[in-house]
Amino acid sequence: MKPTDISAPDYFHKVVDCQWACPAHTPVPEYIRLIAEGRYSDAYMINWRSNVFPGILGRTCDRPCEPACRRGRVEETPVAICRLKRVAADFKDDVKDQMPKLAAKNGKRVAIVGGGPASLAVARDLAPLGYHCTVFDSDPKAGGMMRSQIPKFRLPDSVIDEETGYILDLGIEFKGSHRIDSLKKLLGENYDAIFVGSGAPRGRELELPGGKEAAANIHIGIDWLSSVSFGHTTKIGKRVIVLGGGNTAMDCCRTARRLGGDDVKVIVRSGFEEMKASPWEKEDAIHEDIPILNFMVPVAFVHDNGKLTGVTFQKVKAEYDAKGKRNLVPSGERDQTIDCDDVLVAVGQENAFPWIERDCGVEFDKWNMPKVDPKTMGSTNAKVFFGGDAAFGPKNIIWAVAHGHDAALSIHKLLSGEDINERPLPEVQISSQKMGIHEWSYDNDISSDKRYKVPHRDKVIALKDIRTEVELGYDVKLALGEAQRCLNCDIQTVFTAPLCIECDACVDICPMDCITFTPNEDETDLRQHLKAPSPHHDQALYVADGLKTGRVMVKDEDVCLHCGLCAERCPTGAWDMQKYLIDMTHAGSSCPSKARSAA
Amino acid sequence: MTYIAKPKFQHPGLPKNDLGYTHRDYEGKISTLCAGCGHDSITASIIEACYELSIEPHRVAKISGIGCSSKTPDYFLGNSHGFNSVHGRMPSVLTGANLANRDLIYLGVSGDGDSASIGFGQFAHSIRRAVNMTYIVENNGVYGLTKGQFSATADRGSKSKKGVTNTDNAIDLVAIALQLGASFVARSFSGDKTQLVPLIAAAIQHKGAAFIDVVSPCVAFNNHAGSTKSFDYVREHNDAVNRLDVITGRDPITVDYAPGTVQVVEQHDGTRLALRKLDADYDPHDRLGAMTFLQKHAAKGQIVTGLLYVDPDSEDLHSHLNTVDTPLNQLGEKTLCPGNNALEKINASLR
Repeated sequence: MKPTDISAPDYFHKVVDCQWACPAHTPVPEYIRLIAEGRYSDAYMINWRSNVFPGILGRTCDRPCEPACRRGRVEETPVAICRLKRVAADFKDDVKDQMPKLAAKNGKRVAIVGGGPASLAVARDLAPLGYHCTVFDSDPKAGGMMRSQIPKFRLPDSVIDEETGYILDLGIEFKGSHRIDSLKKLLGENYDAIFVGSGAPRGRELELPGGKEAAANIHIGIDWLSSVSFGHTTKIGKRVIVLGGGNTAMDCCRTARRLGGDDVKVIVRSGFEEMKASPWEKEDAIHEDIPILNFMVPVAFVHDNGKLTGVTFQKVKAEYDAKGKRNLVPSGERDQTIDCDDVLVAVGQENAFPWIERDCGVEFDKWNMPKVDPKTMGSTNAKVFFGGDAAFGPKNIIWAVAHGHDAALSIHKLLSGEDINERPLPEVQISSQKMGIHEWSYDNDISSDKRYKVPHRDKVIALKDIRTEVELGYDVKLALGEAQRCLNCDIQTVFTAPLCIECDACVDICPMDCITFTPNEDETDLRQHLKAPSPHHDQALYVADGLKTGRVMVKDEDVCLHCGLCAERCPTGAWDMQKYLIDMTHAGSSCPSKARSAA
Repeated sequence: MTYIAKPKFQHPGLPKNDLGYTHRDYEGKISTLCAGCGHDSITASIIEACYELSIEPHRVAKISGIGCSSKTPDYFLGNSHGFNSVHGRMPSVLTGANLANRDLIYLGVSGDGDSASIGFGQFAHSIRRAVNMTYIVENNGVYGLTKGQFSATADRGSKSKKGVTNTDNAIDLVAIALQLGASFVARSFSGDKTQLVPLIAAAIQHKGAAFIDVVSPCVAFNNHAGSTKSFDYVREHNDAVNRLDVITGRDPITVDYAPGTVQVVEQHDGTRLALRKLDADYDPHDRLGAMTFLQKHAAKGQIVTGLLYVDPDSEDLHSHLNTVDTPLNQLGEKTLCPGNNALEKINASLR
């Protein structure tokens, strides 16, 4: 195998599994250490720079970081990264003075359509650089789906107000209750660039027999949630069926429980395991006495002269073809009708761009989606950019933020007269953490604690009021315990072959048998000859040559605890623990691009 | 010294032996020796050998004297019996323990000071008595605990860290062990576990006095140019006569060897050792030949390693003394002290 080039920014970035998995590449271990130190404001600001909405995401994020967390490969459960983020938001001091200062305007104007996470991320990145940003939203307040679709018992308004406030206070013009009906018209207003972050606002309908007649009691999930959110809807029937298995369905059923639904069921076509909802959201629903029935396909709405009385389901089972593709086929059991007073349909969301004229330079594909470059977020109209659900269909908040950063960078480069396809390299810092012979600037003693549960409010109280937040968040003590579970994967094991005397001390001490000294081979063979099995081929092997015996040092990054014992037991300092910080380039960063540094 | 305890987490895919233990289950406390000490590699090799042999930890007694090497039993087999004895007295304590309970596996761990100086006599007598044990000397050629004076195994002409040349002749413990009748004699290097681990495994299975001299560089005081026990010097002058594979149980030998290159040695208890010859002329059953071979190569500055001598029909102290099969510590007081009548009878038979 070729020796590893550890100077490539991506190599060590991938070792920090959580940060690599985060669309916005939040430096997770760094802020978790700050939480452990009680430096909540600093932890918050690190998050704020990367993901813009720490308090909101700390309650609602889809957490792609957690399935990636190394701890999940070492023991049963990953670190509760998401809820630690909330800790930073909950316990921080006033951070207003740490926010960017109002910038002198540079004379350039950017129109931002929609006031959701992608749009606000763009505004936040651009406003401090002097751009005049105007955000349009059809709702009176900023926040988009975070405000309209996420129930208040998961995300209180106060958190949204605070975090949208930090952004709007940067000198952004927010035009609420102002729907944009025509892109052409907006283009005519001579903005220097336009960002479209209008979301995926249309809930998919379910066209079944009886649907038209019983329409009064059949509601589209996201519309119903937003109607509840703005206080237009305040009650629902006693017996409610929620159709769909995603996170919107989970929000619908739990909301229904709080508006008078005593007997709420979620009914899904697929199996329970394949449901799209996050496992923790399913858990929370079940905890609130909501059964989830699976392998049932709705076939008709039953009504009595237009008054909904139930839904009829066909029972199915999963069959897998030779390619492993799943098909739902009738199980042969009799259809079942389940009585209900209301149905909430949460079977997916769609994009809708009736307001974008097809002749204004923005091209659409055969699925009626705009053609968007996933790197620059640019459309076929050089001035128009997309992000969030509007770009590639429904995803989640953290992806929207990532899109926002990318789009803001493109807009900044465009308006600075640069090529938007040339993306600057991230800024990387790496520095030794050695403080003494066996002392490091981080706590390398590995905690063997199991994942701490986040305390919940008593169910009886929680179900009484739709605005009462269910999760109470970690207290300081629990947060410290959970923070200690982090393996500090950003403190990298860095090997300097010329210093190595091949004494085997690192091999002998490594608790996870990560290190092997062996003759070099190609990767497949090398993985066979390591000290411990190497089942995860997506996890890199760190290979270094230049040893006196002609062998190579191979370290399987897979389950390294970053405990630093290899470096502590190394007599010559060939191993060192070095903190690796990668700053993704946002608009306005000064880091030179690849082309410039080559020039 | 490392301040933190070694994390309890282990690689989720770690293989297990017949007892269901991983090699981590054979560890002891975290080492307090200098970082990079060769002794830690010997510790790791003992752990690996015991793991591979599926030894129940409670069946092992690890006994040591004083010195860096003699501290190491604290770092392996944390669930075994142990006795950290007086300087140089490991062989006597081990002999006594062995006489009292012949059922345990005895690991004697010593160093060059402990065995070649203060305990030289003790070493000699335990070997000539053929005590059933694995006697490991962790040989670094210096007194590390007192900051690097030459020990009795330091080669004449080698240089200390301060540049002083050693003018005394070296004691070669392997040569002495051969001369005193050890029935298993080997030398290895702490930096070569593929050689060392099978040697320790074979020695544990050997009945009688098994002696292994392990050259183990002292990174603090004896790993410089001019030393003959440094990593670099040993790697450059290592002359391995053979490589060993230990075959446990009755399984057929499945490893594919080129014809004529392997010699299978069946030991007393039925275990077999497959010796891959590296030096075609070397015969590990020839005690005199081994002694000559050693001297010749030592004169050329080479360090001969491998299984140097093994007697497949070895005996031990208990067979010499004709003791009962039941360990003495399991016999009741009446059996051990049969009373005045029995004594009278014995006395009468001697009159």
